Amino acid sequence: MRPFDVIGFALQSLGGNMVRTVLMLLAMAIGVAAVVLLTGIGNGAKLYIVDQFSSLGTNLVIVIPGRSDTASNMPATLVGETPRDLTLGDAKALERHASVRLLTPINLGEVYISWRGRERAVPLLGATAPLLQLYFLELERGTFLPEEDMESTRQVCVIGSKVRQELFGQQNALGELVRLGGFRCRVIGILASEGRSLGLDTEELVIVPVAFAQMLLNTEGLLRIFIEARDLKMMEELNTHIKTTIARRHYGEDDVTIITQDSVLAAFDKIFNVLTLTVAGIAGISLIVAGILIMNVMLMAVAQRTAEIGLCKALGAGQGQIMILLISEALVLSAIGGLIGLVLGFCGAWLAVQFYPTLQTTPPAWAILAALGTALGTGFLASLLPARRAAQLDPIQALARH
Amino acid sequence: MIALKQVSRLFTVGGQVVRAMDDVSLNIAAGEYVSIMGPSGSGKSTLLNIIGLLDTPNSGKYYLQGHDVTRLDDRQLAAVRNRTIGFIFQFFHLIPRLTAEQNIELPLLLAGVPRQERQARSASLLAAFGLAERKLHRPDELSGGQRQRVAIARAVINRPAILLADEPTGNLDSHSGGEIIDLMEQLNREGLTLIVVTHDPAIGQRASRRIRVVDGRIASDSSG
Repeated sequence: MRPFDVIGFALQSLGGNMVRTVLMLLAMAIGVAAVVLLTGIGNGAKLYIVDQFSSLGTNLVIVIPGRSDTASNMPATLVGETPRDLTLGDAKALERHASVRLLTPINLGEVYISWRGRERAVPLLGATAPLLQLYFLELERGTFLPEEDMESTRQVCVIGSKVRQELFGQQNALGELVRLGGFRCRVIGILASEGRSLGLDTEELVIVPVAFAQMLLNTEGLLRIFIEARDLKMMEELNTHIKTTIARRHYGEDDVTIITQDSVLAAFDKIFNVLTLTVAGIAGISLIVAGILIMNVMLMAVAQRTAEIGLCKALGAGQGQIMILLISEALVLSAIGGLIGLVLGFCGAWLAVQFYPTLQTTPPAWAILAALGTALGTGFLASLLPARRAAQLDPIQALARH
Repeated sequence: MIALKQVSRLFTVGGQVVRAMDDVSLNIAAGEYVSIMGPSGSGKSTLLNIIGLLDTPNSGKYYLQGHDVTRLDDRQLAAVRNRTIGFIFQFFHLIPRLTAEQNIELPLLLAGVPRQERQARSASLLAAFGLAERKLHRPDELSGGQRQRVAIARAVINRPAILLADEPTGNLDSHSGGEIIDLMEQLNREGLTLIVVTHDPAIGQRASRRIRVVDGRIASDSSG
């Protein structure tokens, strides 16, 4: 038989029982759509996170107290062990180097803020002036933290727009004194509405000078130090500077973890790749289920079409040709189901973007190819047993069924 | 054309060996019109299946057009069936989802004949068999006689040398049955070797050579 005729014959056979065909197409299409959509969402989530981190600048270095390799591959702060605090002294020592463009020590905690009887709990971020550039923050009004010695405990704060709204309503907040923890503090700036950045809702944030934050939170240690290298080429030099400076100040102990943007991105990339593969695998199971359905229905079809198969044999079809006919039917079905699934998957991805515009659910090319390949492979494998059974039918017995 | 030499076909049924064909030797020349008759279970269908290469004997030799076809493999047997033998069945065996034209073209489709040639050949047969108006109809839209004519057209479309008919009128009224026999006899007169298995003595008697099978053996073989 000519290849084109084989496909035509397969289409005729599939058209001969529309209900059966539609059911099999549906199963295959759902499987492929699930793979495409889920990998798309996984990929979108990865792109979103990577984008968030990339927005901080690729030459960013984060110094965290504690060695990662002494605490199960995690910085000690994450597992509650802090062998030696990072201090403002450390931050100041690190600041004095040609490779450092911007640096800010960071502290984070929660305090109560109140103004004329209105009170609420807020996340408190202790930092210095360079945070504005490092975090790409924007001010709605006023000024950011003043450029001054990082040990200054000047009692000023920059508040998020939501905090301003809740405390001051329509009234002017700039220049007002608020009570922060046990201290009075002057509002010098209001952050623009930017939404979330690195897990912190900037609209609800209160930013104060880091030394003031240490007073408020009653700590001498820092959560971390953010450093931006002057140039990407100076990253290595900066790394060495951090290590030697910290070792000198910490009595020879190399007790900090240095995280570069690249390593964070690479880690996230790895995590999301595994997650995407996992969801693709789960979706792939539905393709296998579809394959089993195809096998089941094709076995029934062979039983129903026994006389037809016997006839084809009598008219000159060999075992190989009968197998080709049956396998082609499954492949044509899988291909059509796969294409419908692709369309459904892309429609689903498009719909997801309409609901969550920040999530760019673009299914990766490999997932599209893998889904189609798995659909065809499943169809092929699922058709082998029915095709073999059909090919081995005795034409006399097959024709006896009329 | 057809030469069977001491052919036997055994079946095992419920642990018992049944001799459906027992040491049968038979020669049929090209262009002959042969009827095979006999009671049910006598082995006449087995004989037809062996001649049609749908079944293979346990012993003996079968020469078709001078070639030993006893030991051909599945692919070779399929090719010989496609090119040399046409089948007509009692229950027509038309594929329900295909039109009359598509059913007729099936052997050519399996042989890999291009579409244009298939359509040309089926068109001439549809016209010759009075089915031109019915070519786009599906089997369930045709009468019994028309269905059998479609089946005969399908059997001869690949210009076989032999036409094998197993109870071709068994599922038809006497009028349609008569028309079908007339059509097959016309094909025989045009040179086709015609072998008909039938229960009906009236049809059997119309053949120029009549073979009677009883208990897997040829009980009589008469001509004229």
